[in-house]
Amino acid sequence: MSRKLLLEHINVPGINTLEVYRQKGGYRAVEKAIKTLTPDEVVEEVKKSGLRGRGGAGFPTGMKWSFLAKPEGVARYLVCNADESEPGTFKDRYLMTNIPHALIEGMIVSSFALGANTSYIYVRGEMMPQIRILEKAIAEAKAAGFLGKNILGSGYDLELYVQPGGGAYICGEETALLESLEGKRGNPRIKPPFPAIAGLYGCPTVVNNVESIAAVVPIINDGGDEYAKIGIGRSTGTKLISASGNLVKPGVYEIELGLPVEEFIYSDEYCGGIANGKRLKATVAGGSSVPILPANLSLKYANGEPRLMSYESLAEGGFATGTMLGSGGFIAFDEDQCIVRNTWNFARFYHHESCGQCSPCREGTGWLEKVLHRLEYGHGKMSDIDLLVDVAKKIEGNTICPLGDAAAWPVASAIKHFRDEFEWHVKEPRKSQDGNYGIANYAVPIEKVVVAEV
Amino acid sequence: MDNLVKITIDGITVEVATGTSILNAARQIGGDIVPPAMCYYSKLEGSGGKCRTCIVKVSKGSEKDPRPMPKLVASCRTTVMDGMEVQNITSPEVLEARNGVVEMLLINHPLDCPVCDQAGECDLQNLSYEHGLQKTRYEFERRTFERIDIGEKIQLHMNRCILCYRCVFVADQITNKRVHGILNRGDHSEISTYIQAVVENDFSGNVIDVCPVGALTDRTFRFKNRVWFTKPVDAHRNCDHEKCDGKVTLWYKGADVLRVTARKDQFGEVESFICNTCRFDKKATSDWTIEQPTYISDTSVIASNHYETFMPLPVIKENLALQEANKVELEKTVKF
Repeated sequence: MSRKLLLEHINVPGINTLEVYRQKGGYRAVEKAIKTLTPDEVVEEVKKSGLRGRGGAGFPTGMKWSFLAKPEGVARYLVCNADESEPGTFKDRYLMTNIPHALIEGMIVSSFALGANTSYIYVRGEMMPQIRILEKAIAEAKAAGFLGKNILGSGYDLELYVQPGGGAYICGEETALLESLEGKRGNPRIKPPFPAIAGLYGCPTVVNNVESIAAVVPIINDGGDEYAKIGIGRSTGTKLISASGNLVKPGVYEIELGLPVEEFIYSDEYCGGIANGKRLKATVAGGSSVPILPANLSLKYANGEPRLMSYESLAEGGFATGTMLGSGGFIAFDEDQCIVRNTWNFARFYHHESCGQCSPCREGTGWLEKVLHRLEYGHGKMSDIDLLVDVAKKIEGNTICPLGDAAAWPVASAIKHFRDEFEWHVKEPRKSQDGNYGIANYAVPIEKVVVAEV
Repeated sequence: MDNLVKITIDGITVEVATGTSILNAARQIGGDIVPPAMCYYSKLEGSGGKCRTCIVKVSKGSEKDPRPMPKLVASCRTTVMDGMEVQNITSPEVLEARNGVVEMLLINHPLDCPVCDQAGECDLQNLSYEHGLQKTRYEFERRTFERIDIGEKIQLHMNRCILCYRCVFVADQITNKRVHGILNRGDHSEISTYIQAVVENDFSGNVIDVCPVGALTDRTFRFKNRVWFTKPVDAHRNCDHEKCDGKVTLWYKGADVLRVTARKDQFGEVESFICNTCRFDKKATSDWTIEQPTYISDTSVIASNHYETFMPLPVIKENLALQEANKVELEKTVKF
């Protein structure tokens, strides 16, 4: 069993109440931080831990906190991004449903570190039960004196609010989230200025993912150095992975970063292999926005070495043969799944969720969706495949926010790795409607390249 | 010099004030290196960054941090740094990306220029002549909307809209009440008034001038004439509206004033916003004091039959006898 930090007590009955959470060592981090540490020391611990943002981009959290501008007389805000809407990712919902106090505790410590007296948790509007759970947990914490005025007699005040989201994927982009929180239309802002300089109501703001904030608790409890020992290289600590797709045991797993992908899929401790005795065809390693990989590249690098679940290892090989850890939404496809249909499904999602502010994304996502729809239903042409690659290239990098990239990458990578399946849909339109392309050579192991000695 | 920074755009160095955007620095240089801008409007705060036609490559971030920027940036919303080096038309990458943006702008545009009132003074038309493809690669039905009349004087033709948000900023910043905005999301988002409310206030007509395409048109001018058959002259009147200075361009056909617009500079931006009384109600020559013919750039289709200020030949300038002989003509250049 690997170490569990966030989900250690997940199966304890009543862990969602303050009482049981306290018995299991909850709110130690708040006491330790507020009573014995200064805000700068907390930031220093988080920096030492090497914690990287768990929302997708993987930016070091401690670094992000140290960029926060601290002008005199201006309020600072901490906003927790719980607008989790990426297809394939459901870890934050799981965490908030079962251990809401882990998030509340993390929010108190983080707000203390940043000097924020008002903090918000922006929860996706569809997660109404979780909003009620969090509000109940906040009320409990307030009654116990962990929130409100003069926390634990230290003179530090903190108010924590839960804000239901506006119901759009784009509100998970940090600046769109801030706009939405201010009560405006959720359009991403044009950066710079970054939220660390001018964020919520024009004040310096830090926006962090639920899991990043919850991970601050074990960092303060055990110390940043201890946390940094878990994991591999610059990917430190544990990560929640939401595993879905054709797996025997889909669900939320906490892994130590550096776990081999093969072990994650096939070991009984985690997903337990592919369901119904089928073979693995492809994986999406980090939620719908990251490039899709065929089975052979998912498990091994192009040079035959095993691929690990970590920020660096999944990205090994760049866009040619790699992918990204993203938000940890692991989707597995078995041999019966159609990659064209899946790509169309993702494109349909991004078309629906584009905010419509900048032209390449607004028009391009719809275009991708229409061409993929045509291909999937057997009306495509050979030239459509190159058209998709070209349109994806024109969207990528030319948009205000990363949604354009997120829409382009799955399409571009699917065509890169599964081009023969797309071509099959064009050449055999009738067959493609009745059957599927199957696994082809996507799982053929890549031979380890032996470098000849000169 | 503290408040001046040096920036090099396509090899041309210029000194501009700190806080200037790359686009405005390029406009100070002028010429071909000015990136096109569909959504940026210097008189509207917060505009820009949306259409992505003005993207440029920053090949050197600044003197202190010479790393290039990883992505192409929107020049209208990126401020200059000292020693910054920018590539616009000298970078094939920028031109290709811009072609891509123009293609995206056009895939849902009806391309009904032959019946569009904006044709001839349309930013999108100019842009697509320069950057567009010969034929479209988009083989699907274009999105369509019904035309709606937002008030007595303005018609909204949403099919042509490129969602630049300029009219929203005008309504927010120039008029006293905003009743229109963006509804919906993605490629089905539209400019609309909520439940067909009427846009009605003293400055609402300015949305027509700021619209870079033919989405918002003047109902008093619709289908009256093509702009290149009309003759623009600068004129003014003493407007009693406190925010309006009454400086306009009159568009004549024969002896009739067909429409009144605000004066536009070389980048298609109005010099000052005018009130609805000047724009819609004063359509007789007797209402105005005529100043001179409006300067129209040679590259514009409107210039094709436009009378310009008389330019004396160089030979006349040097010869006193010839100057005397052409006295009447030369006086015209002064007086008109």
